[in-house]
Amino acid sequence: MAAQVKYDDVEPGQEIPARTFAVDRANLVMYAGASGDFNPIHWRESHAKAVGLPDVIAHGMYTMAQGGRFVTDWAGDPGAVLDYGVRFSSPVVVPDEGGATLEISGKVEEKLDGNRVVVALTARSEGQKVLTRAKAVVRLA
Amino acid sequence: MALNRDFIGRSFPPSEPYEVSRVKIREFADAIGDPNPIYRDPEAAKAAGHPDVIAPPTFPIVVTLGDPALVDPALGLNYAMIVHGEQRFEYTRPLRAGDVITTTTTITDIKAIGGNEKITVETVVETTGGEPICRTFNTIVERGA
Repeated sequence: MAAQVKYDDVEPGQEIPARTFAVDRANLVMYAGASGDFNPIHWRESHAKAVGLPDVIAHGMYTMAQGGRFVTDWAGDPGAVLDYGVRFSSPVVVPDEGGATLEISGKVEEKLDGNRVVVALTARSEGQKVLTRAKAVVRLA
Repeated sequence: MALNRDFIGRSFPPSEPYEVSRVKIREFADAIGDPNPIYRDPEAAKAAGHPDVIAPPTFPIVVTLGDPALVDPALGLNYAMIVHGEQRFEYTRPLRAGDVITTTTTITDIKAIGGNEKITVETVVETTGGEPICRTFNTIVERGA
C-alpha cells in the first residue's frame, strides 16, 4: 500500500504532532445514522441524564474513528493500517452548546519487521483520557 | 444480571451477505468528518494502489453492531446497561467498495469485573468467496444495577 511516511525515516519515540477535533451533537446524529447505533445516550439529553450520565456522550466508536483518522492522515493511506485497537476509558461528554473537543497525539512506540510500526495514541477530552491502550500497527513505505 | 456462561465459546451462523458500496463508505466517512479522497474517489484510491475506494478502519462496526450473538434472550444481556469497553480491528486487507461480505461471530469470553459483566465477541469478516478481510474484537460491559 502507498503509505507516504517512510519506515527508514521514523524512530521509536518519535512524536506525531497533536491535533484537535471538534465534536458537535450534529456529528453524533450523523454517526448514529451511518453506523446504525441509535442508542439515545448519544442524542437525547433527558435519556442520558436519566441513566446517570452528565449529558449526551459521543459514541465510543466516533472517538475511535477520530483516532483512526489521526493515524491514517499521518501514514498517508488508510489501507496501511493493519491493526487498530482501543479501550474506552472515559466518555466524551458533548454539551448542546459548544460541543466538545478531542485532543489526540501519537508516538511511534516500536518498529517491527516488514516495514511495520506500532503507533501509540493518546486521546483526551476536558483533560480526561478517553482512550487507553490505543494502538495501531501501520505498514509504512 | 449475571450473563449465561453457557454462551462462552458459542459460534453463530454467518450473517446474510452484505454488499459494501461506495455510497455507504462515503456516508460513513462524512459521518466521522474525514475528507480523505481515498474513501470517495476511485481514482484517488487507485493512485494509492487500491482497486476501488476503501473503507475507514473502523467501518466494519456497521456490519458487526446488532450482532446475533448478543440479542439472544437466553444470554441475558440488558441493553439499557451496556457500555462499549474495548474494540479492535485486525486486518488482512482493507475493506473496499464492491466487497460482498459475511460476518461470523463467536463469544470468546464472559467474566465478572467488580460488579459488572464483561463479554468479548470475536467476528470474522470475509468475502462470500472466502477471502479474509478482518477480524474484530468487541468487548461490552454490562454495568451492575
